[in-house]
Amino acid sequence: MEVRRPDGFRLDVALSIPAGKTVALLGPNGAGKSTAVAAIAGLLPLDGGRITLGSVTLDDPAARIHVPPEERRVGVVFQDYLLFPHLNVIDNVAFGLRSRGVGREAARARADEWTRRLGLSGFERRRPDELSGGQAQRVALARALVIEPDLLLLDEPLSALDVTTRVQLRRTLSEHLAQFPGPRLVITHDPTEAFLLAKEIHVIEGGAVTQSGSSDDIRLRPRTPYAADLAGSNLFIGSATRGQVTVDGHELHIANGASGEVLVTIRPNAVSVHLRRPEGSPRNAWPTTIRLIEHLGERVRLLTGAPLPLTVEITEGAASALGLAEGDQVWVSIKATEIGVEGG
Amino acid sequence: MHRYVMTLVAMALCLGACAASAGEELLVSAAASLTGAFGEVEVAFETAHPGVEVLLNIAGSSTLRQQIVEGAPVDVFASADRSNMDQVVAAGEVDGAPRIFAVNHLQIAVPAGNPAGVTGLEDFADEDLLLGLCAAGVPCGDLALTVLGNAGVTPAIDTREPDVRALLTKIQSGELDAGLTYVTDVIASDGAVHGIDIPDGATATTNYQIASLVDASDPATAAAFVAFVLSAEGQAILNRYGFTSP
Amino acid sequence: MSSANSGRGRSRPPALLVILGCVGLAWFVVPLVGLLARTPWADLPRLLGGEVVTDALRLSLLTSLAATVIAAMVGVPLAWLMARTEFPGQAIVRGLVTLPLVLPPVVGGAALLFALGRRGVVGEPLSRATGLVLPFSTWGVVIATTFVAMPFLVITVEGALRNLDERYEGAAATLGASRATVLRRVTLPMIAPSLVAGLVLTWARAFGEFGATITFAGNLQGRTQTLPLAVFVALESDRDTAVALSLVMVAVSLAVLIALRERWWKAL
Repeated sequence: MEVRRPDGFRLDVALSIPAGKTVALLGPNGAGKSTAVAAIAGLLPLDGGRITLGSVTLDDPAARIHVPPEERRVGVVFQDYLLFPHLNVIDNVAFGLRSRGVGREAARARADEWTRRLGLSGFERRRPDELSGGQAQRVALARALVIEPDLLLLDEPLSALDVTTRVQLRRTLSEHLAQFPGPRLVITHDPTEAFLLAKEIHVIEGGAVTQSGSSDDIRLRPRTPYAADLAGSNLFIGSATRGQVTVDGHELHIANGASGEVLVTIRPNAVSVHLRRPEGSPRNAWPTTIRLIEHLGERVRLLTGAPLPLTVEITEGAASALGLAEGDQVWVSIKATEIGVEGG
Repeated sequence: MHRYVMTLVAMALCLGACAASAGEELLVSAAASLTGAFGEVEVAFETAHPGVEVLLNIAGSSTLRQQIVEGAPVDVFASADRSNMDQVVAAGEVDGAPRIFAVNHLQIAVPAGNPAGVTGLEDFADEDLLLGLCAAGVPCGDLALTVLGNAGVTPAIDTREPDVRALLTKIQSGELDAGLTYVTDVIASDGAVHGIDIPDGATATTNYQIASLVDASDPATAAAFVAFVLSAEGQAILNRYGFTSP
Repeated sequence: MSSANSGRGRSRPPALLVILGCVGLAWFVVPLVGLLARTPWADLPRLLGGEVVTDALRLSLLTSLAATVIAAMVGVPLAWLMARTEFPGQAIVRGLVTLPLVLPPVVGGAALLFALGRRGVVGEPLSRATGLVLPFSTWGVVIATTFVAMPFLVITVEGALRNLDERYEGAAATLGASRATVLRRVTLPMIAPSLVAGLVLTWARAFGEFGATITFAGNLQGRTQTLPLAVFVALESDRDTAVALSLVMVAVSLAVLIALRERWWKAL
């Protein structure tokens, strides 16, 4: 689809989202993500290209087709949730049904069902300004799901939340998304969100898609500097106790008192590479093999293998000094203080 | 409210006085229908009495009466009817006795060309015509009802305007088909409005009375003004404007 | 200037502010006290029952309400167009809508006469075709008061619509609401406080209108003599009735404004 905004910005992307899958559109602010959301929702007309949902053409300027938003079966969860402030929770959730002509009793019943499913029982009479961020997000989700749309569109679903809530809700959101039978599109600027919620990711920059693939593809083989920055982090989910976290069966020492399920991030340039077992302070060190080497100008990116695959970044000079080649056995080490731990 | 208005009037006049060269001022409150005539009287009097400046305060007779009763520093009062002058006398404001100086009577006023074809007082009972009178309490309004009563007409009036000028404007513009106004107003309209005479049997007149007031700053000059209005010269001016002499 | 209070919590307000504030209050209170002092209390029941008073009250209430309803019916759509669409000459339209606010009401009445009077640009063909004559009729009062009061509604509602986050309406559309439904269930409820405030202001302005009414609709008891006109005429001849009429106006106005005070202040 192609959209030209009045300020000169042009969005030109091609996406296809299969049913039952979550696709993420990941990009920095100003990349055109909101424009894409508006276009798919029908709030912004296309200037070129086409949008089809199933067998229905939603927008096709060449054929002079533009289905207005109220007739598209797209459920949208907006970045600021946009819960109607003059309606309480249950009326917000039931809004879509009432607007489509469903009677009050029936609409209430279905809205009740969804509020229960999203753990909002007891909140039905609350007003949006009486809800916490997490509760508001779930109301917005319920409101979009209750109308049983053909496509679920989430615009920065977690960005309005504080860090702790975000971690808690990621899992919930992931589960609810998985239960939705149709295609799901998540728009976000947060790579963690994208990597955790979606299998397929399209990186969007300046109005165009610059890379598409699985989260591993993006992380390991970034094609643009932005993607490389995204891929910057090694991301794992692990469980922590008393200064240690277990990730994929491998134990790491961390400088953090967290416990329970946590998100572990390790920046590639925080990993050191040695030809032999290193001495000194780093408490996390293990032998591994270099599976892949990529030269990116002044920087060299390595992908290490078992027991815990890491993306490592070192300078070109260091790489040639060590004489590294694919298949080499090396040691990697990471300081405990360099391991980021979130949640828990 | 009238105290406030009076204070404003006094202030304005004082300012006017400051601007004027040294000389005497004579404040004359005159009914609205005397505007044209007294404008000429003012000039003639000032010519005959150099050093005296006549300041004309024009308004409805009842407004003028209220101003005087509430203490306005007026030297001479010329009222369009007896009732307002009587009230001023009753308030003890009059120096001597009021004199009748002019007589006015009503005429039927119609727009130029008389588009509705009004012929007489009977037309004032016509529901289909748009007819206006002065408001109750305004001398020409009360007089109008007397005249209509004399003619045995039950009027179908559409508006009672707060003053004669407003009534005339609406007749002149054609918004009203006819109204009852003073003959002097018809003459003063210079052809914009035509007058139809009221038969003698029905007509009623109003006597205009003039008096110098107790509060006059210079009683001699005030008396001179009254005398001038009653003189042949003054009467001639008034006649030119449609008033008849008593 | 009096000294500021530093960190002492709830301390007394600065003296100068109190003094000036009291003067401001006096501006509102003193005329009212004057009116009450002049009231012939013993005679009041009889005066209030008089035809002049009851006719004027009935007319005032009827015409001001009618003006408010008409203003709402045509003013809200106009405000919507001004806030939500782009059309050529928008600045001129805004100027025209604001004009009755700055124009002396008598001038407004005169303009209405030139347009809708029997010899008026629109009035003449109208009366020739239908026999309808608007001046000197009760509908004339409604037209005159709507003319001077409607700008309040249009401007209030336009402002509210501009300040409304349009994304809510977009969200409603994605949920399946047609444009009419969005208007009915989202837009209007969300601007409700401003809408009510605008309606109250409009009503109040219509209730108190004098100049345009007397110039365009004339003055006849029972047909066009609203409370303000009745007061004006009564001042000339019957002071007591004038006071009684004034009291009625003050009482009605205060009652309405106090009854709606919460929503009124919140939105203004």
